[in-house]
Amino acid sequence: MSRIIEKLEILADAAKYDVSCSSSGSNRQNKNKGIGNTGAGICHTYTEDGRCVSLLKILLTNFCIYDCAYCVTRKSNDIKRVAFTVQEVVDLTINFYRRNYIEGLFLSSGIFKNADYTMERLILVAKKLRMDHNFNGYIHLKTIPGASNDLMYEAGLYADRLSVNIEIPIESGLKLLAPEKNRQDMIRPMDYLKQKIMEVKEEKEKFKYTPSFTPAGQSTQMIIGASGETDAQIIKVAQNLYDKFNLKRVYYSGYVPISDDMRLPGIGSAIPFLRENRLYQTDWLMRFYGFKSSELVNEQHPVLDLDIDPKLSWALRNPGFFPVDINNADLHLILRVPGIGLTSAHKIVNARKHGHLDIEQLKKIGVSLNRAKYFIICRGYKQIFCDKPEQLIKSYILNASKSKYSRSNFYQTSLF
Amino acid sequence: MCVIIYDGTWEGWLTLVFEMFEFKVSVTAIYRNEQPLQQDIFVPWKRVTTDKSKAQRVWRGLQLRIPKYAQENLFCAFLSELPQIEATLCSAVCFYFSTVEEGHLAFGRNDVLTIHQTAKMVNRERHRMKAFTRFKKQKNGLYFAVIEPDFNVLPLINEHFMRRYADQRWLIYDTKRDYGIYYNLNLVSEVKLTNETVLLDDMVQLEKDEILYADLWQQYFKSTNIKERKNVRLHVQHVPKRYWKYLTEKSI
Repeated sequence: MSRIIEKLEILADAAKYDVSCSSSGSNRQNKNKGIGNTGAGICHTYTEDGRCVSLLKILLTNFCIYDCAYCVTRKSNDIKRVAFTVQEVVDLTINFYRRNYIEGLFLSSGIFKNADYTMERLILVAKKLRMDHNFNGYIHLKTIPGASNDLMYEAGLYADRLSVNIEIPIESGLKLLAPEKNRQDMIRPMDYLKQKIMEVKEEKEKFKYTPSFTPAGQSTQMIIGASGETDAQIIKVAQNLYDKFNLKRVYYSGYVPISDDMRLPGIGSAIPFLRENRLYQTDWLMRFYGFKSSELVNEQHPVLDLDIDPKLSWALRNPGFFPVDINNADLHLILRVPGIGLTSAHKIVNARKHGHLDIEQLKKIGVSLNRAKYFIICRGYKQIFCDKPEQLIKSYILNASKSKYSRSNFYQTSLF
Repeated sequence: MCVIIYDGTWEGWLTLVFEMFEFKVSVTAIYRNEQPLQQDIFVPWKRVTTDKSKAQRVWRGLQLRIPKYAQENLFCAFLSELPQIEATLCSAVCFYFSTVEEGHLAFGRNDVLTIHQTAKMVNRERHRMKAFTRFKKQKNGLYFAVIEPDFNVLPLINEHFMRRYADQRWLIYDTKRDYGIYYNLNLVSEVKLTNETVLLDDMVQLEKDEILYADLWQQYFKSTNIKERKNVRLHVQHVPKRYWKYLTEKSI
């Protein structure tokens, strides 16, 4: 009994740096009065660091033949090594699930023997859950770089989501920090999965009973701030992944210093929280707001502003776009106004059919006027600041807002 | 001008809407049976008796006027049990029944927006209860959970739990409203526990593995946390303290 607790302690601790915990995107139904279904996208609890817990996220083992500098389970690290048996993982998953602790399992592993051998073990867990226990909850498997296509295919039959981590956004960084790995080994499975997912989708349109294959698609993760990359480089890689491999999500994980390796930021150096946050905001703008990555970061502007969000930053650089007329402009223009989110934008477009909106109504709808007011026209309101210089508007906004990231320096309006 | 008293049920409220139209009364306030009534001697009051067929006629009428999600929003807002939410609902429904097209999208109006926002609050609570409900397995094989939601969300979560846990008997009990929902492997029914001691943790007959899995879950909760990223504010924002009481991972 205490043995299994110890294993869980070690193998959950080693898996925690993988930030993905999404459990939505799949629509697996409960079949034949079995256990579980997916699609609810529930976060069952949140850890003290504020991250959601929706899946039982563990490694099958932390034995590993690789020695990647940024990883806690790297071969050269002097830590206790343990391994779950397949049955132990199955029992944990089922029993946690039945008590409504989790939405499913996120299983990854250190690489023991070789890629195929490891991948086979991961598949065995998923297969057992699906076949022996009629488990219809969410399963996210990490695909091991270098595993054969046949195994990837089999994994896709049982899992809702598969992922391969890109780890380091730039290739030179990967070479430096994980010399035994190469980018090609990560890209190849992504490409294979993308092809396969598309094939199955086409087949499904023809034959009703095509078995589903990775219904929640694939995702990946990049470590931020471990290899001196710029935001522009990161975002470019992300856009590429979305465009070329139809990824559902790219996760950005600020590097948590875990090693005194000279190639990496030392222990005690700060985790780039704010940068991570800005990257996610940029990612959202690309996926839901119709922004191109090059609009947000480019050669003239390779680093995201830390003091303001990327949409505001874009707006300040492109004053010609504004003001936007709330009561007449197209949805895609309204989406570009700082302080107006997706929901508010849709509400505005619906509500204005019943009469022109004024500033009070916008406020009630949920628009953040502190930012939006410099960029809009609505009933009875025409902003007078739009021709003011970028720096002035920025200082107005910053002085009127309370950032959750405590700012030490007060922004002073420059007289000249 | 009229104050209306009704039985506090959804059908009761629908009946109330029916009578409001039939007798062309304009409503100033609506009270549930058990609510203390603020007697105003200058305003007449009227008691509405729930009538299924009247309720159904109103509901069918609404189904023709607004899409499904807007109908659900009305029900959710109703379950909020907020004071005078019924009056807001009445005002919005009058608007929906007027000649306006897509009245439910008129977010410039206070009643429509209030319903939308209240429904959102209730839905958040619904989602939370899907997340924060923690079953404890009993010796007799029953998975038992106790909750204390802000709003009356049991009617909104029973289907979710029925679909998900189709092969285990379970009972979710709302101690605030003193009723629960019980699934017997076939269907879900409303139950009321007569013996209050059943709810006391130490009186419950836990299955022998229950403590092991609770321990494992607590261990997992601890180990999956990244200490260097500690952010209590965010943690409490997502898991407000009032829910900790029944969360296995927070009750140590």
